[in-house]
Amino acid sequence: MTEHVQASSSKDRESPSAAGEGVPPAGTASHQTMVVDDPTTRSRGQGVLQWLSAVGFFRILGLVVALVVICVVGALTAGSNFANSDNALTILRGAAVVGVLSVGMTFVITGGGIDLSVGAILALSSVWCTTLATQTMARDNHWLVMVFVALAVGAGCGLVNGLLVSYGRIVPFVATLAMLIAARGLAEILSDKKTQIVDVDGFTDVFASDYLGIDFSIYLFALVAVVGWVLLNRTTFGRRTFAVGGNPEAARLAGINVRRHTVLLYVLVGICCGIAALMLVARTTTGTSTHGTLIELDVIAAVVIGGTLLAGGRGTITGTVLGVLIFTTLTNVFIQNQRDSSEQSVLKGAVIVAAVLLQQWLASRKSTT
Amino acid sequence: MTVKSLKKRSTPTRIVGSGVAVVAVLAMSACTSNEAEDDGDERGGGSAQAEAGSNDEAGDTVVIGFSAPAADHGWMASITEATEQVAGQYDDVELKVATGTNDVNVQIQQVETFINEGVDAIVLLPFDGAAMTKVALKAMDAGIPVVNVDREFSDPNAARVTVLGDNYGMGVSAGTYICEQVGDKAGAVVAEIAGIDSLPLTQDRSRGFKDALAECGLDVDNRVAADFTVEGGEEAASNLLQAEPKIDAVWNHDDDQGVGVLAAIENANRDEFIMVGGAGSANAMRAIKDGDSVLKATVIYPSTQGADGLKLARLLAQDRAVSDLVEVEVPRQVQLYAPVVTADNVDQYLDTAFES
Repeated sequence: MTEHVQASSSKDRESPSAAGEGVPPAGTASHQTMVVDDPTTRSRGQGVLQWLSAVGFFRILGLVVALVVICVVGALTAGSNFANSDNALTILRGAAVVGVLSVGMTFVITGGGIDLSVGAILALSSVWCTTLATQTMARDNHWLVMVFVALAVGAGCGLVNGLLVSYGRIVPFVATLAMLIAARGLAEILSDKKTQIVDVDGFTDVFASDYLGIDFSIYLFALVAVVGWVLLNRTTFGRRTFAVGGNPEAARLAGINVRRHTVLLYVLVGICCGIAALMLVARTTTGTSTHGTLIELDVIAAVVIGGTLLAGGRGTITGTVLGVLIFTTLTNVFIQNQRDSSEQSVLKGAVIVAAVLLQQWLASRKSTT
Repeated sequence: MTVKSLKKRSTPTRIVGSGVAVVAVLAMSACTSNEAEDDGDERGGGSAQAEAGSNDEAGDTVVIGFSAPAADHGWMASITEATEQVAGQYDDVELKVATGTNDVNVQIQQVETFINEGVDAIVLLPFDGAAMTKVALKAMDAGIPVVNVDREFSDPNAARVTVLGDNYGMGVSAGTYICEQVGDKAGAVVAEIAGIDSLPLTQDRSRGFKDALAECGLDVDNRVAADFTVEGGEEAASNLLQAEPKIDAVWNHDDDQGVGVLAAIENANRDEFIMVGGAGSANAMRAIKDGDSVLKATVIYPSTQGADGLKLARLLAQDRAVSDLVEVEVPRQVQLYAPVVTADNVDQYLDTAFES
């Protein structure tokens, strides 16, 4: 199947807000279950409801309602212990690491891939940059060395993943599974399986401090989310990501270098792992090979309930951020009520299934294909 | 018998009264929780059956937050169980238990929640001591005393009290026992099945084991690491038995993974060596008592550390001291002993052992 692909500029959009977020612009090769928001077929007389539906408002609405419900339950069961600014900051601090990883993961999954190695890359980055700290290199030079190394290690691992997937033609699941195993092994070798403690003042001063009462890590999470949103919804890079994930063959015919783009997506999530590693190092003052164990499952869960299609071609940063907040808040409510974490796991599983069923139902109702 | 009440008020008067305290403490030592209670529960006093003037007498009600790693093996499950049980014996303790997690990110959230709630004390068994140091310091800065259990923080200021098992001592006890059993054999083959290798406690145990073996001229010929789980123990032991056709003694760090280790030994039909366990589970002790397996001894690593941490946290929050000591403040550190359990003395330890 080939389609004529016409360039669509963002001027066609009627709203500067989340116009058609998660939905590729008109004309790009699209996945079957996708809603195509084509401005040329929409007359101005149509109601607000239709417009809201077109911009993906209702998909987000379900998540917002879920988050509000969890917050109400938290406020009812734990009272003022839950509903205060200290607790809100505790939730956001907890969400920051998973959140940054999830934003990166949204790109990879939208582009039709998956990355199981985010936790292992995080561990490797944390160990690599704290090795510098413990071997005084960071102290003798500048703590920015640690930042640079963490990001470089993340990007490097992402590059390897990307090359294996796009040029080695290995299924993403398998390629990143191999990276998961190997990166954690390398982290163990580097750290000699010991927890490495950071005492580089400059680094912790910046990364572990708070400005105006809000932690640096929360600002960083917000920044990554905003940059991610703009990149996915307002740039050529984002449009290409939708195209590659939705239909790689059509994207190739449309002149997109699919292989190169795929590599870039994995590098991007790798850089996010580096950022998350720096956040966790600052939060725990340690780098260790056990950091981020099984975090990939939390990340994929958050992305999926956010409304990003595992099959690729549709992704939403707003949904992902809401997904992360839903899980983190849920954890917090369980902590406040001293409930068993096993019950929480059961509920988490139910939430994932419910969210995906709801999305499928919405998609089938609005399907235009 | 009744004892002169030692109701503590402020520090200066306590120092003056310490002379009286010594006498009182000596007298009291006969009637505190050292004596077995009739109900057969010996884990701690509790205000219900407290003697007048003893530390177990109810004081101001205090809220204590408790957080530990996931109960993914018997010893860890027992830590939380014993803590909850002991807390239940005190009418003046309200225990808030944050459920176990091996995710440092979540454990930090739990401690932050305790700080936000303004609990009176926190008992913390970290998944990774170093990683929890920062948030523990935050609690101490907020004026909440932290009792650090089992896995040490990287900064001594992060805890008011530290309760530790003796990991190095465990290794020494196991090594010394093996020296006694096979030390006179020239070139005896000694193997070691460790727990999670990335934990400092595992490294301490191995160091103690090595040092004690060196005393009688032995060394560890083959060392494998498992992960405290039954399947991990089985896998590590199978590989070890494949690699070493003849062994004289094995020390397995942990009785939970020991269930798997014994299964592997059973499957390989090997019985030419003696095995020493670690931690001291009830099932290991029963096997030692029966005497029909290779398991001849185990080295105790008390699973009641959390409960001891709780009792100390209660004393801290109520501004009391340890009644059997002269010192008028709770000590900075309590390290528990790691005795060797053999068929000769197993009955003494079986009651307080945990089930795998």
